[in-house]
Amino acid sequence: MPDAAHIDRRGWLSLLAKAPDAEFLPLFDALGTLPDFDWLRAPEVGSVMVQGRMGATGAPFNLGEMTVTRCSLQLPGGQVGHGYVQGRSKPAAKAVALVDALMQTDAAARLRADILAPLMAGAAGRAETRARKAAATKVEFFTMARGED
Amino acid sequence: MYVAVKGGERAIDNAHAWLAEERRGDQDVAELSIAQIREQLSLAVNRVMAEGSLYDPDLAALAIKQARGDLIEAIFLIRAYRTTLPRFGSSKPVETGAMRCERRISATFKDLPGGQVLGPTFDYTHRLLDFKLAAEGVAPEVPERPAAEGPVPHVAEFLNREGLIETAPAEDTPPPDLTRAPLEFPAERALRLQALTRADEGFSLGLAYSTQRGYARNHAFVGELRIGQVDVAMEVPELGFAIDIGEITLTECETVNQFKGSRTEPPQFTRGYGLVFGQSERKSISMALVDRALRWEELGEDNVGAPAQDTEFVLAHGDNIQATGFLEHIKLPHYVDFQSELELVRKLRREAGAAPMQEAAE
Amino acid sequence: MQSAALKGGFETPAVQSAVAFREIMTAMARPGHVSHVTGGEAPAPVSAAAAAVILTLCDADTGLYLAGAYDTEAMRAWVRFHTSAPLCGPEACSFALGTWDDLRPLGRFPLGSAAYPDRSATLIVEVAHLQPQGRTLTGPGIQDRAELSLPAGPEFADNHALFPRGLDFIFTCGAQLAALPRSTRVL
Repeated sequence: MPDAAHIDRRGWLSLLAKAPDAEFLPLFDALGTLPDFDWLRAPEVGSVMVQGRMGATGAPFNLGEMTVTRCSLQLPGGQVGHGYVQGRSKPAAKAVALVDALMQTDAAARLRADILAPLMAGAAGRAETRARKAAATKVEFFTMARGED
Repeated sequence: MYVAVKGGERAIDNAHAWLAEERRGDQDVAELSIAQIREQLSLAVNRVMAEGSLYDPDLAALAIKQARGDLIEAIFLIRAYRTTLPRFGSSKPVETGAMRCERRISATFKDLPGGQVLGPTFDYTHRLLDFKLAAEGVAPEVPERPAAEGPVPHVAEFLNREGLIETAPAEDTPPPDLTRAPLEFPAERALRLQALTRADEGFSLGLAYSTQRGYARNHAFVGELRIGQVDVAMEVPELGFAIDIGEITLTECETVNQFKGSRTEPPQFTRGYGLVFGQSERKSISMALVDRALRWEELGEDNVGAPAQDTEFVLAHGDNIQATGFLEHIKLPHYVDFQSELELVRKLRREAGAAPMQEAAE
Repeated sequence: MQSAALKGGFETPAVQSAVAFREIMTAMARPGHVSHVTGGEAPAPVSAAAAAVILTLCDADTGLYLAGAYDTEAMRAWVRFHTSAPLCGPEACSFALGTWDDLRPLGRFPLGSAAYPDRSATLIVEVAHLQPQGRTLTGPGIQDRAELSLPAGPEFADNHALFPRGLDFIFTCGAQLAALPRSTRVL
């Protein structure tokens, strides 16, 4: 994944969708005054059917649904922001849509530094910690004879 | 026969009030929070998500609290809630090859790339009650070690290289959805897997065990079991490209099954597949064994009449909400049905009693 | 996607779709009755009533066929954003939108099966005039007789003869809406 200074729209929307509310919303609130906007689609809670593949690589099948909240809005300057988040938080979906819209304005650099960079660091840190704990449970086999090496 | 009967409202209201009090239990004991259930009873939460067929840990925890820990009742609550949600669409198939594994073991290969990673497992505990947990606990410390970068390959890929195992070529036919169209038999594998992943864990376990004990034995090895996080991506029409919409924990089990060959297939290893929401290891292995047993027809095996080979039997009885709904409804008023049964038995007895007397009189 | 396509949805979807659903259901239950539905605004030439019907009834599980002049890039984008309905051909659709001339011949649409008569299409027919005068209707939901300004031709009689299979029709004009279920006989 590229760093926060270069992450594209697909990257920031994916990052924001997965960000824990407890991490994202305080960063968002710290932005201060926000612009007015019009709803194109008010926040709504719904589901997405998650698919798997039989045998991991074969034809798809339906695994079950997950909750998703989404919304869309437009800034007075015409920029359209879309917000999709995992779970049922309408404030989070609205915040994602606002960040998405503002990323298309000259506020982008500030958002990259104040929102995207800390969220990327948080996500990487969580993944790293779990990976390190998993690595500590990796089995080192001791055998009597171990082939040629 | 059903007849509307009025009455009982006051009794029902009072029963609900008492239920709420019993749910809370002794008020001198602190109340459980949703977060406590989500964090500390996470395997129960995972089961409710898997069988409720809705990935949302907070909702599953709420359902467990409301159901007083009755997991099938909690699953019922989740299924009911699920039906109220508008569906935004389907995800792209999740890439379990890119899973960030917390646990990944193979019973078939000792030294495999990526290694045997035990993860947070009960496997090597001694199943002795730990009375330390009954006291106020201190946070345990977890050792860490440097982690290798990147995903680990699936075990089936090694066997694929020798051509010794059946392959699962990628294709993208939109799968059928049993939550949208009624089940019809014979059910194709995509439908069977959807039914199995949300089927009752106990039912799946019993069926899988029956295959191990000889009812359609298929000699399964756990080729690979992995648990970890995957991203869920979806095409968003208004954007014109796919974004991740979440991250979920999955348990995946691939069995490697001995196969002597059949009229249509050469001798090779075949595969059973289990994929379940959350950390749901027992369920995932069970699903893989039952999936493999149900594939007898496409692999040209004999139907030995085992329950695990009978698609209709498995799919029609594996759903615990359907099962409990039909089972538990018989405790509800059937006064009129029973009245007619009573009349019938009385009539039969009258006739049986009258007959000998009539014979004697003649 | 142009932002024009993102406008024109219900502002309060739960309330507005419930109101519209009630109007559509009443129209379907009382053939010949003319209802009014509003709240949706789709790209031209789609009427307000047809927009409301699509917002209310279409979702990711219902294929929509846009016929003739209704199959525009703007309309496709609007449908995708507001309903997630997959756009498809007449053979696979659950709903179809167009003028009477665009939608004919009707044999192209799913008619349902004897086991699943619900697996048939509902045609949303945009008409220039809609009033409770014209061809005579009888059947369920009609006291004695009703009238509706329907297009001429044998299609409705042929469709009724297939019952319980067959198509259902919603006629839209501005904010007005009337319906003709397959159970209605058109004299």
